[in-house]
Amino acid sequence: MTFHQPVQDTPLLRVTGLTKHYGARIGCADVSFDLYPGEVLGIVGESGSGKSTLLASLAGHLRPEFGRIAYDGRDVLAMSETERRRLSRTDWAYVHQNPRDGLRMGVSAGGNVGERLMAIGGRHYGDIRAKATDWLGRVEIAADRIDDRPSAFSGGMQQRLQIARNLVTAPRLVFMDEPTGGLDVSVQARLLDLLRGLVRDLGLSVIIVTHDLAVVRLLADRLMVMKSGHVVEQGLTDQVLDDPQHAYTQLLVSSVLQV
Amino acid sequence: MTDQAYNFAYLDEQTKRMIRRAILKGVAVPGYQVPFASREMPMPYGWGTGGVQVTAACLVPEDRLKVIDQGADDTTNAVSIRKFFQRTAGVEVTEATAEATVIQTRHRIPETALSEGQILVYQVPIPEPLRFLEPRETETRKMHELEEYGLMHVKLYEDIARHGEIATSYAYPVKVEGRYVMDPSPIPKFDNPKLGGNAAIQLFGAGREQRIYAVPPYTQVVSLDFDDHPFVASKAPHDCDLCGASESYLDEVITDDQGSRMYVCSDTDFCATRQEAGHHGRLGVPQFSSKKIAKSLEGFCAAEGVTE
Repeated sequence: MTFHQPVQDTPLLRVTGLTKHYGARIGCADVSFDLYPGEVLGIVGESGSGKSTLLASLAGHLRPEFGRIAYDGRDVLAMSETERRRLSRTDWAYVHQNPRDGLRMGVSAGGNVGERLMAIGGRHYGDIRAKATDWLGRVEIAADRIDDRPSAFSGGMQQRLQIARNLVTAPRLVFMDEPTGGLDVSVQARLLDLLRGLVRDLGLSVIIVTHDLAVVRLLADRLMVMKSGHVVEQGLTDQVLDDPQHAYTQLLVSSVLQV
Repeated sequence: MTDQAYNFAYLDEQTKRMIRRAILKGVAVPGYQVPFASREMPMPYGWGTGGVQVTAACLVPEDRLKVIDQGADDTTNAVSIRKFFQRTAGVEVTEATAEATVIQTRHRIPETALSEGQILVYQVPIPEPLRFLEPRETETRKMHELEEYGLMHVKLYEDIARHGEIATSYAYPVKVEGRYVMDPSPIPKFDNPKLGGNAAIQLFGAGREQRIYAVPPYTQVVSLDFDDHPFVASKAPHDCDLCGASESYLDEVITDDQGSRMYVCSDTDFCATRQEAGHHGRLGVPQFSSKKIAKSLEGFCAAEGVTE
């Protein structure tokens, strides 16, 4: 299910032959794909299939041994650390599975959202606060909670706060690592609905890692299926889910519980 | 007279040389925290072991030393450190700011303007300004390296969100020469404007944390703030009750359990000098002066071996 405008023809992110080993073990091997502006790419696979390794390598948290990552025509792996960190503060965003990893738990909700603004030079308190209030509204957190700490929030609210904190600088590329993990199904549904709206409105490019096929069915335009560090199948989401070709994908699709 | 059991100024020459190297590096890179091999000193951490080591490395026999604790010359910390250097280095000591060549201070900058040739040594408990926001040392070092100081403003943001103004009143973060963000040690933010453009060399020593940093003379030091919430060097809105000074930093002293209180200069030398010059405050002619008390007790508790 896609709602956005037709994608442009130059890829935002071009990944070729990305390989990351943990000693002798394979983290992920020879992964190549293009991500176009406004496109949502889902990565699915069982635990240990290398999807989180892949995401961390893409986002610069891990250093892959081989391969190239080109963002907007610039070689990410050849960048200086200053440049890469600036990129990850402005153009990129990373939504952690556990909001505790992505939030500052000792800092108020407003401060959490404002941090990225201040990191890129925001020095006007009134402006920062207005923007934070606006973003809390967009992720359906009441404005009067702006001075509460995330520890006073429910799990779903924390996750929404983490999303607001990441999107406030209007990034172009968002990495999400199981954003709905650990939430109950009704909260999951609302979060997915919210994410879908934000992705559509802001024209974000997203790489979303999950083991939940319902999440990718709802959000992703394209799908990559990983097993043992390798990509075994990729294609349009509906195509892959409705007509899986690889044996592992068939197994994955057929193991979804029906209520 | 020096206690001959010790090397001059307590530390051995190799240690002083190592500390001087760290000081020189600190002066060359203003605001940068230089690691040094802090020694065990004959006083507990938190009592100024960092400042004492820096002072020991700077002292020469011709120096005149002044030691203050919260501005006062006659509080425990100041008295014991002064006595320590009288005994181990045999240097002259003084309470007059203008006469001192080396001033070791805890949590204040003297009111009297410092001049070229003077060295001001600060005792620093926690040198890392980002510590309470980012507990990982590896990460804060990276942040200094890459000049990622947005987080410092998050702290100020939190202040305004919670208190309506920047409530940080001491250890107020500053940016040195447009590069490093520095913790000026827990001096009141009233003293922050004196950090920049100061004629004296300012050295900061953190013993437990093993860091030395410096602000060379006439360095630009800017207190961080927001455009719509500018930095204000605040003090209690009173005059000194002893000397009547309106422009000095004040201590509040509770005088009984009926809510009476008085405000006195935290800089005792400044206050006493003014009183001697005939100024007096709300409480009229002073009933006591720290200098007079010190003089009257001199015969009883002057440091051993001190020759006047």
